[in-house]
Amino acid sequence: MSENLTLPAQQGSTDPTPTETLLEVKGLTKHFPIYGGFPIKRKVGAVQAVDGVDLTVGVGESLGLVGESGCGKSTTGRLITRLLAPTAGQITYAGQDITHASRRQLAPVRSEIQMIFQDPYSSLNPRQTVGTIIKSPMEVNGINPEGGREKRVRELLELVGLNPEHYNRFPHEFSGGQRQRIGVARALALNPKLIVADEPVSALDVSIQAQVVNLLQKVQQELGIAFVFIAHDLAIVRHFSQRVAVMYLGKVVEVGDRDSIYNRPRHPYTHALLSAVPEVEISDESESRERIRLAGDVPSPIHPPSGCRFRTRCWKAQDKCATEEPPLVQLSGNRAGHLTACHFPEDPTTEARDEDVVLDPALKALEEDQD
Amino acid sequence: MTSPTKAEDSGSAVALDPELAATSEVAKGAKKLEGRSPGQLMWQRFKRDRTGMFCAGVVIFYFVVALCAPLLTAISGTNPYTLYGQDPTYADQPVLDDFGLPLGYFGGVSADHWFGVEPQYGRDLFAMLVYGMRTSLLMALGVTTLLMLTGIIIGMVGGYFGGRTDYWLGRVTDFFLSFPQQLFFIAFMPVVTAFFVDPREETPTYFRALAILIVLWLLGWMGMARIVRSTVLSLREREFVEAAKVAGASPGRIVRKEILPNIVSPILIQFTYQLPSTILTIAFLSFAGVGFVEPTPDWGRLFAAGAKYAEQDPAFMFFPGVALVIFILCFNLLGDSVRDAFDPKSGR
Repeated sequence: MSENLTLPAQQGSTDPTPTETLLEVKGLTKHFPIYGGFPIKRKVGAVQAVDGVDLTVGVGESLGLVGESGCGKSTTGRLITRLLAPTAGQITYAGQDITHASRRQLAPVRSEIQMIFQDPYSSLNPRQTVGTIIKSPMEVNGINPEGGREKRVRELLELVGLNPEHYNRFPHEFSGGQRQRIGVARALALNPKLIVADEPVSALDVSIQAQVVNLLQKVQQELGIAFVFIAHDLAIVRHFSQRVAVMYLGKVVEVGDRDSIYNRPRHPYTHALLSAVPEVEISDESESRERIRLAGDVPSPIHPPSGCRFRTRCWKAQDKCATEEPPLVQLSGNRAGHLTACHFPEDPTTEARDEDVVLDPALKALEEDQD
Repeated sequence: MTSPTKAEDSGSAVALDPELAATSEVAKGAKKLEGRSPGQLMWQRFKRDRTGMFCAGVVIFYFVVALCAPLLTAISGTNPYTLYGQDPTYADQPVLDDFGLPLGYFGGVSADHWFGVEPQYGRDLFAMLVYGMRTSLLMALGVTTLLMLTGIIIGMVGGYFGGRTDYWLGRVTDFFLSFPQQLFFIAFMPVVTAFFVDPREETPTYFRALAILIVLWLLGWMGMARIVRSTVLSLREREFVEAAKVAGASPGRIVRKEILPNIVSPILIQFTYQLPSTILTIAFLSFAGVGFVEPTPDWGRLFAAGAKYAEQDPAFMFFPGVALVIFILCFNLLGDSVRDAFDPKSGR
């Protein structure tokens, strides 16, 4: 499905500078403390899930957040919606600092930032009807739309492609895709300006993924809602997002508009990610892409590597990478808004290189046997 | 159990909206065909379970008997306090022989005294039993409700807020759990009573009931608290709770609307186990002599008396014993059926 989805050119995607900033995140940090010791428990360390993330989301813009499992994407999303309290940093929504706002202070902003969850089976209360589920955000925020809340719920159900008569049904009567639509309807109930979608389609069947992604895209384009789209499926992010941020181990390593990231990546990790996407064409004649095979897992976020966090798995790493942390800056030759955090960036291309980068010793041995 | 009523509520709300009345009729019709709430499904599963239905009938019958005790004794024309064997008013209808044992067969079963009479005093066993059931069932219901509520509140607070609150509530629960229960029931009853009533005066019956209530309540809520805590702990991390938080819901609303409906099943199941065991505990207290005393009719006290008369008049134990065995058995089976009905995987 990736190729079909990735083809259409997005409106205004060539213009990398968003019109107006809706959400600004600066140095966002979340450390989960680890307690240990006996008999008195003390803090012995911290999982540095998110460590100094800078992001901006424009009005009506869709920002994709990609990265390996455990790199802090979801935590970032939960920090933005303030489900978690940040350890440090600043979250500014529409000029208002919401970093440490209490529940009451957040109340006016709550209706504008909504979230779509990953698992459609646990994100709907099994004991509530669909109507109650979609209605409850309106009840909480005291919103009384014209014609009553029920009418609005029926409209929303129609908008997300469900039968309005499903109002009185319970979630267990729906399939995963339908449940996720209910989740989308709930997020839309408050007319939000920003939706954080935390891997909204990764729990769904591939055929259903396309439906839900297209629904989200329709919603985004028609209602002008800004999205923070968290995913590990690069094709979906390419289809959906105007700008993409690549995260590694709690940090943003590269951010830029979609075409720059996908066609002219600079950070070695972005190269590795892109090369890992499976391709349909297997003919030798067509322009072949580079192949990079990383070894091992993401290092432990409890003791992240010094300097550049990717250096332990990077084929270009040098002494400088261990001592000096690369800043997230615009490199020469990059378009405006394309920022990369790397001391030794790669060439801005995804073409095949003379020799594949294979870091995994076992795989390397295998490949050498084949040659 | 809340779900069917909730579904009805939403249905009536639909009907009230004039604009959508037509569509709601369709929706209602469709709902009858396929849209069944978890509560309705549960009720259907329960209806299919014959044991459960039968036991539910028996249990309801017991409660009706207990509530209608004055009516029933009016029909039999007896009451639990009159000493038919000693009262001169009834001298023309002797119920006891010279040794104080019931005349006639099987403990003195007769048209006047359906279940026979008590040796020595000649009190009517039928009246004593129905009134005794009344005392026991109402006490058990009161105690069970109290400890359910306490357990639910403490478990919810601990489970939902977690952290330090949970830690300390957990230690308090452990503390109460560490008491040897039976022993402390017996030991605490006189203490609680003496605390409020001058030992030289006679303890009023209502206060005995209150003391039983307090002691059983203080030493009984922990099981419920633990069950609720663990359930809430797992529910708290579910994404629908996060969704409610994102919408800005207050902790109170989250607990009421999101979590509480999901712990109804374990609560109900625990209730059906707790009630019969409380009846037995109250009976045990009376048997041990720290519960109700003469002349208050009480199920447990009938066994204490029955044990006393067992050699001369074994029939005295028969009716209260059979009644209790049937009741406890049916209530436990009912509890099993309710649990099965709530669990879609039980395969019934």
